[in-house]
Amino acid sequence: MMTEDTPDQELTEDEKQLFGQLLCEDQNQLTDFDEARRNFLKQITLAGGGILALQMFGKETFAGSLHEPLNAELPVNLENSVNVSFKVNGIKKSLDVDSRMTLLDTLRERLQLTGSKKGCDHGQCGACTVIVDGKRVLSCLTLAASCTNKSVTTIEGLAKNGELHPMQASFLKHDGFQCGYCTPGQICSAVALMGEARNGEVSYVTPNVRIKAAPIQLSEEEIRERMSGNICRCGAYPNIVDAIKEVHSAKPVAQNWNLVDQKELTEI
Amino acid sequence: MRPFKYSASTTINSAAQLLSANPNARILAGGTNILDLMKEDVERPDELVDINRLNLSVVKPITEGVNKGGISIGGLGKNAETANHPLIRQNFPLLTQAILAGASAQIRNMATNGGNLNQRTRCPYFYEVSMPCNKREPGTGCGAREGINRMHAIFGWSESCVAVHPSDMCVALAALDAVVKVQGSSGKVRSIPFAEYHRLPGEMPEKDNTLQHGEVVTSIEIPKNNFASKSYYLKVRDRASYAFALVSVAAAIEMNGSGIKQAWLALGGVAHKPWRAFEAERFLAGKAATADNFRQAAEMEMKQAKALEHNGFKIELGTRAIVLALTRAMNGGTA
Repeated sequence: MMTEDTPDQELTEDEKQLFGQLLCEDQNQLTDFDEARRNFLKQITLAGGGILALQMFGKETFAGSLHEPLNAELPVNLENSVNVSFKVNGIKKSLDVDSRMTLLDTLRERLQLTGSKKGCDHGQCGACTVIVDGKRVLSCLTLAASCTNKSVTTIEGLAKNGELHPMQASFLKHDGFQCGYCTPGQICSAVALMGEARNGEVSYVTPNVRIKAAPIQLSEEEIRERMSGNICRCGAYPNIVDAIKEVHSAKPVAQNWNLVDQKELTEI
Repeated sequence: MRPFKYSASTTINSAAQLLSANPNARILAGGTNILDLMKEDVERPDELVDINRLNLSVVKPITEGVNKGGISIGGLGKNAETANHPLIRQNFPLLTQAILAGASAQIRNMATNGGNLNQRTRCPYFYEVSMPCNKREPGTGCGAREGINRMHAIFGWSESCVAVHPSDMCVALAALDAVVKVQGSSGKVRSIPFAEYHRLPGEMPEKDNTLQHGEVVTSIEIPKNNFASKSYYLKVRDRASYAFALVSVAAAIEMNGSGIKQAWLALGGVAHKPWRAFEAERFLAGKAATADNFRQAAEMEMKQAKALEHNGFKIELGTRAIVLALTRAMNGGTA
């Protein structure tokens, strides 16, 4: 069985080469239709090893420099313009926004941080969850105008020095997603949850809320209750819970899935 | 969303003045309800007065006045911080449980105590602007009265409105006999007993509560009590978490030897305001804390209930929920 620390060990030379090419082509930002199609076909071929690919990409791409702003087109006319100065992933930002602009739209449309997702846009799904001044909040129900002097952390800001945040690595290990749309919100939410548990914050399912605050060991029931603001339409909940359990307990949790090994492949 | 002017205040006075100067201005605190309603075009303010910089988020013991010995929570305190404040957890675990039964962790980190009181109903006919709704547009009729009304009121509704108040926190505050402190542009502070803060719909369902335009909820005072070890908040809903209540019960019991000295009971999800179950409370005073008495008290309260077409189930559900909440309160407030 593969472990997350040594993904290379299970790869054949051919696979390594193929992954290498994939990475290479992605970085060149292919636009040519044929090239893109070929690339797509390769990915399909590798679908069975998709998770493996993610782990390969992990360090190079997902933890890479997604902060580089593209040349954002500035709005021509701003109605009820408000200036907002705040920190996003540690970097100071100052921009003029329409008073109606939510934090989510500001991140996605003005700061090119498209990791935070717009699911329902009504505070019901949690896909837009970000961390503001250490607390998990919904960026779709936060006005950018009200974020002055605040510090925002998005999914793009969790990896440090090219290393994935342990929660990101754990979601990969446990396959805590299918389509991945809710994942940035799930991970931001889970990262903040670790702090809440350390602070001894209680939940609706905590048996006795009168007990003095001390770090709480989260049961599966506690994790599920505390993550209920993040909906996963694919229903990857068991794996999401495993991923969080592993980071919270700092002990390995068994994976629910295995890659096909060489022996099984030869039997097919 | 329609365009609006964004104004930020740093004092209660300036906020109250900005609000008073514009009848179409609304307060922006946590924003979790008002922004959602603006996106839906249900609320159409042309100005939002951001009061988040006001210094109104402190939780502190009350050292003078009628509620001396109790605790004051700031109107701008976040729901999550209030629920987890050591003074609240120790002295008012009922409030902690009720707050934590509502919404999600993210929303509780954003939503304020004052905003929790002032949130609007989640009646789908109120939210859907193509439907009639007397609360949203007085005089247009009530879509829910003859529509799908499974989630709606069984107590105190009128022909104009059958919506319910969505809060969990407020159900606990009703049982805790809280007092709402509000301040307007004149600087005058009003104290409103919790039972009088929210309204029944009557002929004016557009008015949820007795807060006047221009007033800000500065704090909520909770008097001292002797039932911290015998209280429980029970929430019954369609899914295990993150859903509005079908029925919820805030229950607290103060014992006198082996008998009940007094019980406090409030119900959520059943009326236009948190429904204080006075009938049941009166019955329980002086009785033994038995399942039989709990059942009788609950049935007595439910006699006043009047179901709509789809929510008749709430009467038996509410009766059982009262019995279970009282039982768990007697068990030290745990499930």
